Amino acid sequence: MADTALVTDPAAGTTPAAGEVTIPADELPFDPSLPWQKSASVALRPEPFGALVYHFGNRKLSFLKSQPLVAVVKALGDHPDVPSTLRACDVPEAQHPAYVTALATLSRSQMIEKRSTP
Amino acid sequence: MTAVLPPRAPAQRPTGGKLIDQFEYGLDAPICLTWELTYACNLACAHCLSSSGRRDPRELSTAEAEGVIDELQRMQVFYVNVGGGEPTVRPDFWHLLDYAIGHDVGVKFSTNGVKLNKQRAAQLARTDYVDVQISLDGATAAVNDRVRGTGSYATAITALENLAEAGMNDFKVSVVVTRENAGQLDAFKELTDSFGAQLRITRLRPSGRGADVWDELHPTMAQQKDLYQWLLANGDGVLTGDSFFHLSAFGEALPGLNLCGAGRVVCLIDPVGDVYACPFAIHENFLAGNVRSPGGFQTVWQQSELFADLRNPQTGGACTKCQHFDSCRGGCMAAKFFTGLPLDGPDPECVQGYGETALAARDLELITPKSHIDHSHKGPVRGQPTLLGMPSIPPAKICDESPLAGMDLR
Ligand code: SF4
Ligand code: SF4
Repeated sequence: MADTALVTDPAAGTTPAAGEVTIPADELPFDPSLPWQKSASVALRPEPFGALVYHFGNRKLSFLKSQPLVAVVKALGDHPDVPSTLRACDVPEAQHPAYVTALATLSRSQMIEKRSTP
Repeated sequence: MTAVLPPRAPAQRPTGGKLIDQFEYGLDAPICLTWELTYACNLACAHCLSSSGRRDPRELSTAEAEGVIDELQRMQVFYVNVGGGEPTVRPDFWHLLDYAIGHDVGVKFSTNGVKLNKQRAAQLARTDYVDVQISLDGATAAVNDRVRGTGSYATAITALENLAEAGMNDFKVSVVVTRENAGQLDAFKELTDSFGAQLRITRLRPSGRGADVWDELHPTMAQQKDLYQWLLANGDGVLTGDSFFHLSAFGEALPGLNLCGAGRVVCLIDPVGDVYACPFAIHENFLAGNVRSPGGFQTVWQQSELFADLRNPQTGGACTKCQHFDSCRGGCMAAKFFTGLPLDGPDPECVQGYGETALAARDLELITPKSHIDHSHKGPVRGQPTLLGMPSIPPAKICDESPLAGMDLR
C-alpha cells in the first residue's frame, strides 16, 4: 500500500532536501499492546493534509497523511495501548491494521516512544 | 508580478494520495528554506548561483535577521539552509547561528571554508543542531580551482581537516556536478569518506553567473547517463536534494525529492529580505515579496499570488504527454527559465533529448532572461577562476570603469 500509506517515511524515496536522513533497520517489532506516546522531542506542524513531524533529536522529518492519524498520535499518551487509543479516536475497526502499520513506521523513526507510565 | 506559468484551473487539493502530490499544492510553511545571509564573498566562483561578491548595503541587520528567526520559530520551520555569498564573512554570523539554534531553528550552512579554523571547528563540533557543508567542485585542486579560484581547494581541505580533527560528526562535502568533474564521482566519495564526512552532489543550474558558463560546464548526455548509473549504485549514501529527478526519465526513480518544490515546499530569502520561489530563481518573475513588508515572511509564503500560482500541478504542455512525466515532471523550472525555454516544456537537460531539440529550436534573436540582481566583484579578485580565460594573477592595473576592459573573456 505504498501509495495509500498513512505515514510517509521520507527514506522511502521522497526525502525532502531539508530532511536528508536514513532510517536505521535495527529495531524491535512494534508492540501495540504497550503504552505509547508522541516522543518528547517531536513537534507536529499542522498541514492541510495532516501534519509534518519533526524530531529535534535525530532531525528526522516525516509526514502524517491524514487528520485522524494526527489525532491518534496526539492521543496515544492518554491511553493504555494502541487499540484503546484508536477506539477513543473513533477509528473504524477495519482501519486498525493500517493505523498500527503507520504507528510502527513512526516508532521506527522514534517519532513515537514507549512510555513507562501505563 | 507577471504570471510565470500558463493559465490553469484553480488549485483544488485532493485528499489522500501520494505525499508528493500533496506537495504540489504547497505546505503551510516551507520544508526546504534557503536563507542567504549576505551577497559578500571572498571568492568569485564562475558558476555562482546568486552572482555574489559584494555585500549589499540593504542587507538585513542583525535585529532584522533575529526577527526572521523568531518568525521561522513561530511557523515551525525546523531547519534552514544558510548560504550566501559566504555566510561566515558576516560579522554576526556566529551570533545568528546560536540565536537560531536557541529558537528551535536548526542550521545547515554552506561555506567555502574560509573561516573554519581549528577554533571554529571545535566550536561547531560542540554545537548540536548545526550542519556544515563545505563546497568543493573538483576532487583535485586543478579541477576545483579552475571554477572556484586558485587556492580554494586548499582552503576547503584545511576546513575539512579541521572539522574532522575537532570530532565534528556528519559534516558534508557539497559538489556541483560539471562536465569537468563528472568523472570524479568515485574520487569525491573517497575523499569525503577519508574525512568521515558525507557527500552531497547537486546539479549545475544556469542561475546567476551559472548562466554564463552553463553551455560549457553542464554535463554531457553521456555524463548524465553515467551519473544516473552512479546514483543508482551509490545514491543511498549520497545526498542530492531535488537535484536529479530529471534523470529518473532514464528509467528508475532516484532517492531524493522528486519534484520541483519551488514556492511549494522550497523558497529563498535573499540577503536583503526578498523572498524568491527557489534559490536558483533569483529573478523578478519569481519574486514573491519581502520579509520587511507588513506580515513578514509568513504573509509572503502564505499569501503571495506567485506562490499560489506555483502551487498547482502542471496539466498542459509537451511534457505531460511524455511517458516519463510521472517521475521526471518536466525537470527544473529554473533551468528552463534561464535557458529561455517554456516552463511547461522539457528541461534543457531532458534525458530523452527533447531539451537539446528545444534549445536548438530557440529563436536566434532570443535573449535569455537575465537576473537584475548582480553582486559580482567589479574588480579582480585574488585567485580568480581561470575558467573564463581570466588571468589567475590579476594585472597590476585595471580600468575602474569597466572591469572587463583589456581582459580576454574567451
Ligand atoms: S526550480 Fe529547479 S532548483 Fe528550484 S525547486 Fe524547482 S527543480 Fe528545484
Ligand atoms: S520530455 Fe519532459 S517529462 Fe519527458 S523526459 Fe523530457 S523533460 Fe522529462
